[in-house]
Amino acid sequence: MQRKQRLSRNTAYFVPYTLWILLFVIAPVLLLIYQSFFNIDGQFTFANYQTYFSSSTYLMMTVNSVWYAFLITLATLLISYPTAYLLNETKHPQLWLLLIIMPTWINLLLKAYAFIGIFSQAGIANQFLSFIGIGPKQLLFTNFSFIFVAAYIQIPFMVLPIYNSISELKPSYVNASRDLGATNWQTFSRVIFPLTLPGVKAGIQAVFIPSLSLFMLTRLIGGNKVITLGTAIEEHFLTTMNWGMGSTIGVVLIVAMVIIMWLTGGSGKRHARKGLTK
Amino acid sequence: MTQRRFKWRNLYLWLVFIVLYAPIIFLVVYSFSKGDTMTNFHGFTWSHYQDLFADTRLIAIFLDTLLIALLSSLLATAVGTLGALGINNTTRPVTKNTLLALNNILMVSPDVIIGASFLIFFTALKIPLGFGSVLLSHIAFSIPIVVLMVLPKIQEMSTSLLDAAADLGANNWQLLSQVIVPYIMPGIFSGFFMALTYSLDDFAVTFFVTGNGFTTLSVEIYSRARQGINLEINALSGLMFLMAMVLVIGYYFINQYSSRHRSNVRGRRK
Repeated sequence: MQRKQRLSRNTAYFVPYTLWILLFVIAPVLLLIYQSFFNIDGQFTFANYQTYFSSSTYLMMTVNSVWYAFLITLATLLISYPTAYLLNETKHPQLWLLLIIMPTWINLLLKAYAFIGIFSQAGIANQFLSFIGIGPKQLLFTNFSFIFVAAYIQIPFMVLPIYNSISELKPSYVNASRDLGATNWQTFSRVIFPLTLPGVKAGIQAVFIPSLSLFMLTRLIGGNKVITLGTAIEEHFLTTMNWGMGSTIGVVLIVAMVIIMWLTGGSGKRHARKGLTK
Repeated sequence: MTQRRFKWRNLYLWLVFIVLYAPIIFLVVYSFSKGDTMTNFHGFTWSHYQDLFADTRLIAIFLDTLLIALLSSLLATAVGTLGALGINNTTRPVTKNTLLALNNILMVSPDVIIGASFLIFFTALKIPLGFGSVLLSHIAFSIPIVVLMVLPKIQEMSTSLLDAAADLGANNWQLLSQVIVPYIMPGIFSGFFMALTYSLDDFAVTFFVTGNGFTTLSVEIYSRARQGINLEINALSGLMFLMAMVLVIGYYFINQYSSRHRSNVRGRRK
């Protein structure tokens, strides 16, 4: 009796949620894959994939996109690891962490917009460059500015998972390593870094995948010089209306995502992206 | 020596901290500048805020954005909470893991993929693009975070509590409304707040499914920013900064409340 009751309760709970999974998780992905087999006139074809894999433009774009995502991830990691490490040594790590996370609650577009002002011809960055004697440079619409702004936006998402794994590291391991005569570098490379690798992997996952698809930054900051996979998808869907080709690039992006998830150990901890430790 | 090293460490943290906040402060500071570029501060004025409040189009967009955020997070919280209860009730581990994996798909997918696939989906079902499609998309991408926030709370709840209520004659509805929901309320609240910020923050998905007639703040900021500097956006960012602060503080207090609540329960048990 009780079991039956529980069963009926179970199905009642499940109706809206299952509908959501079917309609908004499974159906859209299948539709995207289905759409990738149609050309702009709505005929079934494999031509999109042929074009993609034989055109040097598309392949170069993919390589470029991955390369930029790599640079952004590397820059973010180099800044975030020491930050997370030092954060753990402060007296009030939770407070500092909250302060690092706070900027993620500000709309991304507003942050990008701020950099349009900062990097502009007579903006504060160029004023500073003139002040130290380098003289004004073209900063906005360069590859540098794209990487800088993307890294700026992603830093909190990298700091958080790394901090979590560093804070779990037992100090006794570090002490033991020092007692056994390891140098600081050896302690770091043989003990601390390997033990915090899960956090680094989660961080890479949280930064690399979105970096492949930051189309608004390539438009606002990169001045359309950098074309990422995301930019290409947006272009095909909303400007040229070639949904088939856009979907093909989308499928490539999904494959890239799966590869990255596989390399970084699967478990999607993207909710770390919103800066929640609990 | 150690004293000095400690200062160096703090310097690095302060530097990161300053770099993170400088652009935001920069935006807000220039929202009070008399000029119309973000280059030199020309003296204090409220005029950009006055322009902002006189801009009825922008205010309408702001209200639409707020309406979408509130409606979508309420509905996502309802569906997500029921989903979490359902996931918790599954008996076979395989089913549970599959459901959790499916739940996480939208969390890890890039926004562009979500936006593009939803656009195909809405077009295939002939759902007109506009308020409805944006609302549906926001509900859809907010559900997984609600599930992830509520599920740990449900798992924390002991089954003897449910059995006791059932023994005392509670029916299913009473069990849900008077035992389960009050217990997992902190999780539901965090889920709601996260859904709210997801919705307010979203740009890419909305950009794909919004069509021509309807816009949210993010999309509007994007199209205005593409035209160049307009200090009205700075004034807007000042207001949104304030709103984000209120949300952060609200979230902080809910967390505080829930941890206090938890310690109370523990204390009583002793």
